Amino acid sequence: MKVEQISIFLENKAGRLAEVTGVLGKAGINIRALALADTSDFGILRLIVNDHEKAKQVLKEHGFTVGRTEVVAVEVEDRPGGLNNILQILFENGINVEYMYAFVQQSGQNAVIIFRFDDIDNAVDVLMQNGVTVIAGQKLYAM
Amino acid sequence: MIYNEEYETMPREALEAIQLRRLQTTVTRVYNTVPFYKKRFDEVGVKVDDVSSLDDLRRLPFTCKDDLRDSYPFGMFTVPMDDVVRIHVSSGTTGKPTVVGYTARDIQTWSELMARTLMAGGATRGDMLHNAYGSGLFTGGLGFHYGAEKLGASVIPISGGNTKRQVMIMTDFGPTILTCTPSYALLIAEVAEEMGVDFRAFNFKAGIFGAEPWSEQMREEIERKLNMKAMDIYGLSEIIGPGVSVECIEAQNGLHIFEDHFIPEIIDPDTEEVLPYGTPGELVFTTITKEAFPVIRYRTRDISVLYPEPCRCGRTIVRMGRVQGRSDDMLIIRGVNVFPSQIESVIMEIDGIEPHYQLEVDREGRLDTLTVKVEVNEKVFSDEVKNLQNMERKLEKNIKEMLSVSAQVKLVEPKSIQRSEGKAVRVIDKRKI
Repeated sequence: MKVEQISIFLENKAGRLAEVTGVLGKAGINIRALALADTSDFGILRLIVNDHEKAKQVLKEHGFTVGRTEVVAVEVEDRPGGLNNILQILFENGINVEYMYAFVQQSGQNAVIIFRFDDIDNAVDVLMQNGVTVIAGQKLYAM
Repeated sequence: MIYNEEYETMPREALEAIQLRRLQTTVTRVYNTVPFYKKRFDEVGVKVDDVSSLDDLRRLPFTCKDDLRDSYPFGMFTVPMDDVVRIHVSSGTTGKPTVVGYTARDIQTWSELMARTLMAGGATRGDMLHNAYGSGLFTGGLGFHYGAEKLGASVIPISGGNTKRQVMIMTDFGPTILTCTPSYALLIAEVAEEMGVDFRAFNFKAGIFGAEPWSEQMREEIERKLNMKAMDIYGLSEIIGPGVSVECIEAQNGLHIFEDHFIPEIIDPDTEEVLPYGTPGELVFTTITKEAFPVIRYRTRDISVLYPEPCRCGRTIVRMGRVQGRSDDMLIIRGVNVFPSQIESVIMEIDGIEPHYQLEVDREGRLDTLTVKVEVNEKVFSDEVKNLQNMERKLEKNIKEMLSVSAQVKLVEPKSIQRSEGKAVRVIDKRKI
């Protein structure tokens, strides 16, 4: 029930982000979700794409430092307090969120949030035991 | 003004006769007392008696910083510790420092040379010296202190730091001679300005500045802002400390080398061939009066040039030009000697980092800044910002611990540091000095 995310190291230089999207676009890779974390001198671009193996390969060929991380995609009810429900469950079970961001596409009537946990297996178990829908990777890439 | 008219204005032939006699004494001394020199001389097949003219100096082997380091701490001393009255340590921090020793006579020699230095720079016994060179293991502070006392001037041994108090003392005591690094002189002037104190109203007439590279532009700035004549001084602890050479206030044109104590040569740093007067190259010194720690043909790695024409101040001793750079990759950052290899060893302690790094040195205001760029590869990359920032902080902490110099570590993309054929470009020095 895990999702593959790729992350890319970027220096804070004009045009670097466009180079990444350019490389991916030419390779026919579709970006499904993205989040950028930045500091004063570097940034980390996190991406969920439809083909992470290929994305990783073409980015490396273009000299980028690429990492791969497993994250969790969770369905969140698209109403006030929807996200809070999930965070409350995580909090009550002592699970720490490293970072999170929203997925572009909806899953039916629900929003999709991507979570990065330290202990991913435990987090998935807890979420599922509490009736939260966790979306499998293959389903998400194709959404 | 000349402190020791006899030796500083001596005809060349008389000076060279003294140099030869003193060189022979020194060569005999080191051969008989220091195993390192005996071994080196034997290796190249030179005997003590072979030195029959000053030209024979070039038959002697060179001594390098590494040789001194290998003999850490006291292996190059020619006298038992009973006869050593002072120990100093070089500012360099590569592994073990360089340790130098002085006998009572060496301290007298040094004091004499510093008295000469001060007088060349415009000081007399009626002057008050504000000595802001650091006193301690570093030779600067104590060298000036002893010279000023020998000259009979009044010394304020204030050492470095606490700049506001320095300004207060300048205001209240009215010193006439300033001795410190050129960058610190400018910093004091800035602090005085912030305090609303007019530096130009002080009694200063001259300053003697050294221990770091500086330029004619900085001289103009110091003379204008501090309203004093600014003289360049050269020295290094391996030779004696400050007092190897200094500019005179009359001409401010080249540093007079006290040749009755040190024989200078200029060599091609690659071929080690001795170059003629007027050709720039690496400065090499042989001490000919030192007792505890003489050195034979010490390669300073400083690039300069020698010119023998007598100066209009009356001195006949040879002059050296302002130091133009280094023949190795040593950097002087805020007065501390830094070799790129030291930073490399810190970087390589972190698992997975490749030795692709670059040092960027700049000057913000009066302060040198050091930025260390390190390439991020997949082994050290993380999708979490805090992990990468922790790595930066850890490198900064380790560099600070090793070098006593603060650096900013900046992670950069792979292959973004320019690769060059053969020798990598490790250092970009943007300082305009």
